[in-house]
Amino acid sequence: MAMEMRLPVARKPLSESLGRETKKHLVVPGDTITTDTGFMRGHGTYMGEEKLIASVAGSVERVNKLICVKALKTRYNGEVGDIVVGRITEVQQKRWKVETNSRLDSVLLLSSMNLPGGELRRRSAEDELAMRGFLQEGDLISAEVQAVFSDGAVSLHTRSLKYGKLGQGVLVQVSPSLVKRQKTHFHDLPCGASVILGNNGFIWIYPTPEHKEEEAGGFIANLEIKDILKPEIMEEIVMETRQRLLEQEG
Amino acid sequence: MAGLELLSDQGYRVDGRRAGELRKIQARMGVFAQADGSAYIEQGNTKALAVVYGPHEIRGSRARALPDRALVNCQYSSATFSTGERKRRPHGDRKSCEMGLQLRQTFEAAILTQLHPRSQIDIYVQVLQADGGTYAACVNAATLAVMDAGIPMRDFVCACSAGFVDGTALADLSHVEEAAGGPQLALALLPASGQIALLEMDARLHEDHLEPVLEAAARAARDVHTLLDRVVRQHVREASVLLGD
Repeated sequence: MAMEMRLPVARKPLSESLGRETKKHLVVPGDTITTDTGFMRGHGTYMGEEKLIASVAGSVERVNKLICVKALKTRYNGEVGDIVVGRITEVQQKRWKVETNSRLDSVLLLSSMNLPGGELRRRSAEDELAMRGFLQEGDLISAEVQAVFSDGAVSLHTRSLKYGKLGQGVLVQVSPSLVKRQKTHFHDLPCGASVILGNNGFIWIYPTPEHKEEEAGGFIANLEIKDILKPEIMEEIVMETRQRLLEQEG
Repeated sequence: MAGLELLSDQGYRVDGRRAGELRKIQARMGVFAQADGSAYIEQGNTKALAVVYGPHEIRGSRARALPDRALVNCQYSSATFSTGERKRRPHGDRKSCEMGLQLRQTFEAAILTQLHPRSQIDIYVQVLQADGGTYAACVNAATLAVMDAGIPMRDFVCACSAGFVDGTALADLSHVEEAAGGPQLALALLPASGQIALLEMDARLHEDHLEPVLEAAARAARDVHTLLDRVVRQHVREASVLLGD
């Protein structure tokens, strides 16, 4: 049986093979961006000896008088209104600590969580004691950013039926800088899966629920194991991906 | 080996280099996808790998959190196969702790820790092959890894070792030159401002000779900076092409 084999060969740098050069101003830490003192310094820069110096490796972004350097890869920086997928790390007195791939763990206050039945009332001491019944360490949730504290920590809320504890599915972690901000982060794919693209780089893929009541929300999660994706479809996706990679390298 | 000449009459060292010449340096950033930042460096036959996680929430004892800046935690580890004789080194032994402490001092001077209060930055360095200049290789690899992780730094931290033989200062010592027993100095420098992050020597050296040795180490560290600068710029260019406009 004849087989085609390719021997290892050095890969060309991508900028050559893709044929485009970036027009951005790229800097490395220690580079002087400008000596003009009229500019305001933003993230990724610091003032040293009357010069504006870059502190991260990335591209310079200038908006009017503000200069900042956007690093290639950073931890997630929360902005109000972002959708995130996180994992509970701690159950504290009136709040949960959620790990969201950011510099400090995010906070989910008990008062920001929907109670069963959708009642709106003041959280009592019984609610506090029953916190572990709602969310435990290791649970995955989807939530929205409500506020950002001064030190960068983020406060989350799940005050909508589409947020809450997540059930069976697959979590994929990518760099937060790869997820663009869009109008909606909840998508239904035609192959029978649904995806939540968290702004913090956590992507949750789960089977599309047949009935709308089973939506990923509230705190009662359906942990039944289902056929997430049929094996024929998975094989097709793998073959197509392999083909695309070969085309790109060849 | 009796009479091993570290510096010949014509001015050549054991491996054929000149007194102030560095070994060949090759480096790569972004070696591991799962870490926040990672880098690999080869300085001649010395190979080091650095991995950075952070800044992230302090795990374990919350009491160690500093309210105004980030905690830098460095760990050094040497592979059992890194030296000529296979030697198992337990994790908490004296040399690893000392190296970890020196790396921590070096990076606390360079990383802008005030920007990330109450968080922790972990730097793990492993030496895969030790042929002299392990501290310098570790610092250079860790610098690249910290830049790969997007942690703000004042400047590059470039390190090099230097020694003194027959009235001449040698830069970038290999294992043979280190084992000969002469004085060795390790210098970590912030090139743009010329500030010294760490200077370490534990041998006896006449004070008249300190100046030329320090000068040779500083010049070598600046040469290392030129090379690392090129590596980082190349990496940033590649990555920004991928990310698109």
